[in-house]
Amino acid sequence: MTQAAISFSSVSKRYPGGREALSGIDFSIQPGEFVLLTGHSGAGKSTLLKLIPAIERASSGTILVNGQNVSALNARGVPFLRRNLGLIFQDQKLLFDRSVLDNVMLPLQLTSQPWRDAQRRARAALDKVGLLERERANPVALSGGEQQRLCIARAVVNRPAILIADEPTASLDDEYADIIMDMFQSFNRVGVTVLVATHDLDLVRRRHPRLIALENGRLAGDGPLAADAAAFDRSSADAAPSQAAPGPA
Amino acid sequence: MNAWLRPHAQSLRHTAARLRAAPFAALANVLVVGVVLALPLSAYLAVAHVQAVTGSLRAEPQVSVFLAPGISKSDSAALEMRLKNTTGVRTVRFVSRDAALANLKSAPGMSDVVATLRDNPLPDAYIATLRDEGDSAADTAEKLEQQLMALPGIAHVQADSAWVRRLGALLRVGRTAVLLLAGVLSLALVAVTFNTIRLQILTQREEIEVSKLMGATDAYVRRPFFYWGGFLGAAGGLAALLLVDLGRVLINSDLARFGDFYGVDLRLGFLSPQDALAFLVFALLLGVLGAYLSVSRHLSEIRPQ
Repeated sequence: MTQAAISFSSVSKRYPGGREALSGIDFSIQPGEFVLLTGHSGAGKSTLLKLIPAIERASSGTILVNGQNVSALNARGVPFLRRNLGLIFQDQKLLFDRSVLDNVMLPLQLTSQPWRDAQRRARAALDKVGLLERERANPVALSGGEQQRLCIARAVVNRPAILIADEPTASLDDEYADIIMDMFQSFNRVGVTVLVATHDLDLVRRRHPRLIALENGRLAGDGPLAADAAAFDRSSADAAPSQAAPGPA
Repeated sequence: MNAWLRPHAQSLRHTAARLRAAPFAALANVLVVGVVLALPLSAYLAVAHVQAVTGSLRAEPQVSVFLAPGISKSDSAALEMRLKNTTGVRTVRFVSRDAALANLKSAPGMSDVVATLRDNPLPDAYIATLRDEGDSAADTAEKLEQQLMALPGIAHVQADSAWVRRLGALLRVGRTAVLLLAGVLSLALVAVTFNTIRLQILTQREEIEVSKLMGATDAYVRRPFFYWGGFLGAAGGLAALLLVDLGRVLINSDLARFGDFYGVDLRLGFLSPQDALAFLVFALLLGVLGAYLSVSRHLSEIRPQ
């Protein structure tokens, strides 16, 4: 058996104050898999995703990322773990004091790559998401969908083996959300392991991904989406209002 | 470029970019640091100057021996021989009462006073110049004063040791005051950089947060702030040197005129190139220290969510 890209065994997360966000989570994702993480809001999706790059630390259990034990990683090791992950955040975390190109160059500058190489790679990443002609713009001038594409470009510029996205289509209309999902799938086709949290299952139904469902911090299901378990249906019902909302694009 | 140097070059570019983004805010900060440093620097130069000027005056400590009126020529000659043979005495000069009066008359503003005198009240005098310099000369002068007072035919002996000692003590007070001032204002410089860096960390909170999420090490995040602190210190130090030198040039023309009355050159000197460089390095290190304290205190508060 090959080494798992991400594996959780009996992982629990308890926040100060006693609220248990996750308890006894077990799953394993193989390299090259495309996995959706779903569940109603508050089910623990974001918490689970934050455990992987050690933004939050597990209270108990073991998390392995590319064979590296994240639970045992000290503060010095955390930056090097994150450099191998492509992260897309729910609140985007774009910097509005610099251009589109400079936003994408940021992860490369952290590793002190020669400036010219960094610029070349950043342009290549922008080209992949179709934003090359906007490289000089300020992210503020981009539409919601374009901002999301910018986040993807920034996440993949380091050519990470694992791409993790938290609700990347939450604020987009269906058409645009579909384009974003297509992008994730195209990265997945070239071998990148993709883990996307979403509550919008209709959007991904035709892609037949593997689905990991959370309910109140516990694992409620793990299998191909076609199975259409009851828990998943409730999740898609939750998603209905956001689907109806007009996208900013 | 060297792989070890590249992160530093990058941080330096970072710092330069921040400087370009807000040049007036940076200039204001540099000026504050400059003024803070200019105070102890000018006080130091003033004390060093007084020390140098009095040092040149003190180079020839003297003992004036005033003879009693009506002393015989042979007694006077014997006294001169005795003075010349005393250890520590370099030269002995005779100033007759007539020469002393003429000298007094030529002093500015004194001729009117002298004209009102009916006859010459001044005594004949020997002026002994001592060989040693500094504190030992003051000792010699005092010893000589005591020996000579006991001799007949002498009205008064005046050694210049007392004022030399008083001035020396005063200069020591000045030096201590400069040290204290420098210490307090060094603290002020550290506080100014501490606060400036704190504000920078706050305004760059998002950038720091995102960088950490993308895998920035603590060293990467801290380095530009250290450079910034160093820049503030060094640029502030340079501003202080320029301010003090400008003040020196302005005051020197007045000092030169004043010194002419006494036939001495009172113009202020400046730091030697080595001292100026040491001063800049010191200011730079204080800036880095302020940045270090600020970064250690404030950066850990930023934990990305």
